Amino acid sequence: MKNAALILAVIVLFLITFGGLFYSVDETEQVVITQFGRPIGSPVTEAGLHMKLPLIQKAHFFPKTLLEWNGDPGQIPTQDKTFIYVETFARWRITDPLKFYETVYNEIAAQKKLDDILDSATFNFISSHHLVEAVRNSNRLLEKDIIISAGLTDSVQEQVSIKLGRSKIDRGILEQAAPKLEKFGIELIDMRIKRINYVDEVRQKVYERMIAERKQISEKFRSEGKGESKKIEGEREKELKRIKSDAYRRAQEIKGKADAEAARIYADAYNKDPEFFSFVKTLDTYRQTLTQDSAVVLSTKGDFFKYLKGYEEKH
Amino acid sequence: MPWQTGAGRDNPFGNSSFSADDILKKFRKFPGYRIPLFYLVLVVVLVLWSFSCFYTIQPGVVGVVQRFGKFVRVTEPGLNFKLPAGIETLTKVWVQYVYTEEFGIRTIHAGIDTEYAPSRQYLDESLMLTGDLNCAVVPWIVQYRISDPYKFLFKVRDVRKTLRDISEAVMRLIVGDRSINEVITERLEIATAVKSALQKAVNDADTGITIVNVELKRTTVPDPVQPSFNEVNQSLQEKERMIYEAREAYNKVIPEAIGEAQRILREAEGYALERVNQAKGDASRFLSLWTEYVNAREVTRRRLYLEAMQDVLPKLGKTYVIDPEQGGILPHLNLSEKLREDKKQ
Repeated sequence: MKNAALILAVIVLFLITFGGLFYSVDETEQVVITQFGRPIGSPVTEAGLHMKLPLIQKAHFFPKTLLEWNGDPGQIPTQDKTFIYVETFARWRITDPLKFYETVYNEIAAQKKLDDILDSATFNFISSHHLVEAVRNSNRLLEKDIIISAGLTDSVQEQVSIKLGRSKIDRGILEQAAPKLEKFGIELIDMRIKRINYVDEVRQKVYERMIAERKQISEKFRSEGKGESKKIEGEREKELKRIKSDAYRRAQEIKGKADAEAARIYADAYNKDPEFFSFVKTLDTYRQTLTQDSAVVLSTKGDFFKYLKGYEEKH
Repeated sequence: MPWQTGAGRDNPFGNSSFSADDILKKFRKFPGYRIPLFYLVLVVVLVLWSFSCFYTIQPGVVGVVQRFGKFVRVTEPGLNFKLPAGIETLTKVWVQYVYTEEFGIRTIHAGIDTEYAPSRQYLDESLMLTGDLNCAVVPWIVQYRISDPYKFLFKVRDVRKTLRDISEAVMRLIVGDRSINEVITERLEIATAVKSALQKAVNDADTGITIVNVELKRTTVPDPVQPSFNEVNQSLQEKERMIYEAREAYNKVIPEAIGEAQRILREAEGYALERVNQAKGDASRFLSLWTEYVNAREVTRRRLYLEAMQDVLPKLGKTYVIDPEQGGILPHLNLSEKLREDKKQ
């Protein structure tokens, strides 16, 4: 009999436990208790062991943690008519499980609600702004065309005027969507654009543009190279001419001075007796100018041959 | 009871001398034999259950203990005790371990020569728009550690996915504010900016993780555009080459020209020296001669004249000496004819 009583006690305990007298709530969970399908009391958000009426009451578990959501509103034309794909994600949590249980019932349905509200909010925001607003975040100066080797290139800084920027668009979508989700007991914590990409046709165009841009930079470099090369070539010509003419000028100056000095020396000397100089110089000139080809007719009246006719003093 | 006989019959040790029946017979000798069946089961269950009370935690790991789902404590490495299974549960969290998330790349096989999966496969993760609306391929890794096990386990349902989503958003936010050139050249600066923005975002999301490192792998442009980027580098090389070549030509000519100029100058200086020296020499000779001439004018003059004639006359081709008193001889000399003949010879 004692054995039977013990077995009975075990069975009763078993029934109580699995019949739902006790239930434990994890740190990550919260619970709504229903009685014949109707919610009873306030939701259980405290983790630990809890009690309820077995069999009659039912516990519905909902996550208390931050939950994830990924959005894909598909192709969106921006205000400047560029077609892009936008992928978003959001983090949300069930702040009012009771409301959540009553309005959306489970998480899958909630995801659907988030899709509807967030995707359309995203679409509205993206399509009413220029693409650059969603890509850029600030008016930070962009350094363009800085190419790896420094010193040879110049960089251009580009100033664009960004009115919103990505963070503010994120916040705008959040602010637009959050109130609509409140009535489902959902709090939207964060909402961000994850990826933005061009649709394929646009991407091809962008690639072409990028290629064209690079080609233009390449050409610029080549042309700069040629220009620089020509400049050096010109420099070379100029330098060459300068060196040569400079040398010529200085050489002439030196020679001129020497000539002048020589003239002065000659003049100083010959001025002592111009007549004698003329005599000596003329004799020297005879020596140099009269050659074998010269024929000379001399008169016996001249000094040299005067003795040919006699040696008497005539005068 | 039925199980006793059953146990006896199906005893797997039936062939041995110690059959179950023998053991049971021995048991029957103890007083209170009727009770043990229930207690035996209870003791076995309790012993097995109590095994779940002890656990060891390795270094670098902490144990998070929950009682009926409620968080009660964090335990440190070593041998620890908890209430048995069903009451308290244990979750181990590797707090020292550095986890790595890869974006746009996947390590297939880590080792000395780490092998990566082809990046084209993960282009979705790494393809992004830059601030100048170009496309860039930016692969990167994020390393993180679990710094708050409580938040890590209980605050966010899927920390890894949350981290991946936030990382992608933050990376694109930062890259969206850089030009394509900056994305390619300023990887370190971008990684630093991403790291701090990412840390802030994961803190806001209560993930309980700390970002250890953000590292950008080789950033490039999409494959179709790559050749044109290479061409830019090539043209830069070309440019430098052209400049060097021009400088080479310059250096080939200019030093030579400088030398040539020096030569011309030296030559001029030589000419000057020669000219002046000649002048001085000539002057000095003239003056010496003149000094003597002053002493004996007539004789010297005559001597000089005769000496000159002595030098000149023998060299001459023809010398005609005429007496003007005779007259009329000159017309007979066909001088020009004569000279022409002389030249022919």
